Amino acid sequence: MRTARVAFAGAVHSAVPHAQGLRLADGRVLGEAEVVWLPPFAVGTVIALGLNYADHVKELARELTLGARDEPLAFLKTPGALLGHRGTTCKPAGAGHMHYECELAVVIGRTARRVRAADAMAHVAGYTVCNDYAVRDDLENWYRPNLRAKNRDGATVLGPWFVDADEVPDPHVLALSTRVNGRLVQQGHTGDMIHRIPELIEYLSSFMTLTHGDVILTGTPEGVARVEVGDEVVTEIERVGRLVNTLVAEASHPQAATNPDRECA
Amino acid sequence: MTRILVISRPRLTVLRFDFAPFQLGGTVVSTLLNDPRQLQALGSAVQQAPYKAAPVHPVLAVKPRNTLVGDGALVTVPADAEGLELAASLGIVIGRTACRVPADCALAMVAGYTIAIDIAVPVQGHYRPALRWRARDGFCPVGPRVTPSSAVADPDALTVRTWVDGALVQAASTGGRTRGVARLVADVSDFMTLHPGDLLLLGGAYPAPRAAAGQSVATEIEGLGRLSLRLVAEEAPA
Repeated sequence: MRTARVAFAGAVHSAVPHAQGLRLADGRVLGEAEVVWLPPFAVGTVIALGLNYADHVKELARELTLGARDEPLAFLKTPGALLGHRGTTCKPAGAGHMHYECELAVVIGRTARRVRAADAMAHVAGYTVCNDYAVRDDLENWYRPNLRAKNRDGATVLGPWFVDADEVPDPHVLALSTRVNGRLVQQGHTGDMIHRIPELIEYLSSFMTLTHGDVILTGTPEGVARVEVGDEVVTEIERVGRLVNTLVAEASHPQAATNPDRECA
Repeated sequence: MTRILVISRPRLTVLRFDFAPFQLGGTVVSTLLNDPRQLQALGSAVQQAPYKAAPVHPVLAVKPRNTLVGDGALVTVPADAEGLELAASLGIVIGRTACRVPADCALAMVAGYTIAIDIAVPVQGHYRPALRWRARDGFCPVGPRVTPSSAVADPDALTVRTWVDGALVQAASTGGRTRGVARLVADVSDFMTLHPGDLLLLGGAYPAPRAAAGQSVATEIEGLGRLSLRLVAEEAPA
């Protein structure tokens, strides 16, 4: 079973795949471009993993201040960072090096507290695709990766479908890829994760209770590269989905000081 | 005064404010290293690896929903920690959507203020997000109520007092921060939109008090009430 959450004709609907695009719960069949795609489930805590593919660690080795780790590098996001399929993400004015990151997103379905790795998969509800952008110019070495680099509005894209765990019996046999304007730029395999999903759930649930809707973004393999305004970025994970995003220029936001029409309240 | 309704679920507490639009949405962002004395105490280490430079933008940490508890909570000290660090902080409750607001408009985005204690296991270093030390269950008590901003004349000049087992361990002010309330709201909203119900923590004064399992902690901020908690030892895993 795969489901999406979409906005259409003034309401938010649950939808399932259909040969012509998608079908709403009330039976209406719509094309993919006729709806606004939202993140495909009610998202709770967003936990992201950095440096969870050996090849990506090697790729970044020159700028890493510390070497190999024995503990997962996890960080958190706020709901404002989330965006749905076919949405647009701003490349901030002045940002040079901003790049995509194709990641398998693991959605928790059942409360997990002090769960052992051997039992962890029973707490997984399903999966979706994530494109978790980073603005590398904004990285600072205090609680790195800092929110300014990794928690921009609309820079964590999720979707299109929430895919039930029973459709993905083994989440570590999936090919990942990213295409920018149709050109293949990133290729990886979920079998190459340093910390695999059961181990991540054991680690995280050892100190924080995970609940329904919490999502673990499991990191990205090598092949990250700078993207520009106008680029179409397609992140795809075998059996899970194909997630489309387009980069747009930051709209001008006149500040009150220079815009006498703007009022504080 | 707004009361906070505490809805208990197994091992989780959901906090809500009981009148719109000040419902706490559950998004809590804490500011770290906002007392210049803390960076000063790090000395030349600030310029050395791994930091290599003083922070330019606000240093922030998300406190996820599993950390949120109300007044009177029991907070667990992990078995391998001698005690916990308790950063008693002004909690800034956002009332209006704030996207790139200039500092001179920022206070208009604030619905009110509350008390929050950003709890961490004391560890050396500020390089990594350190969820294992900062995002543990119960590590962000909030309460006991929200005081409307109209009742707070100057949020950057409030007395903050913390007691451990009844003994005063910190008497500080919300003032003297690298970024005061208005500048902080402005600088955070510069890159991430703040939404009504979001809670932004100003950050505690340096040095943060510490307490151990078995001790009771209370923080008062002038005009905002008193937030209490008790530290308990971790049970051995089943």
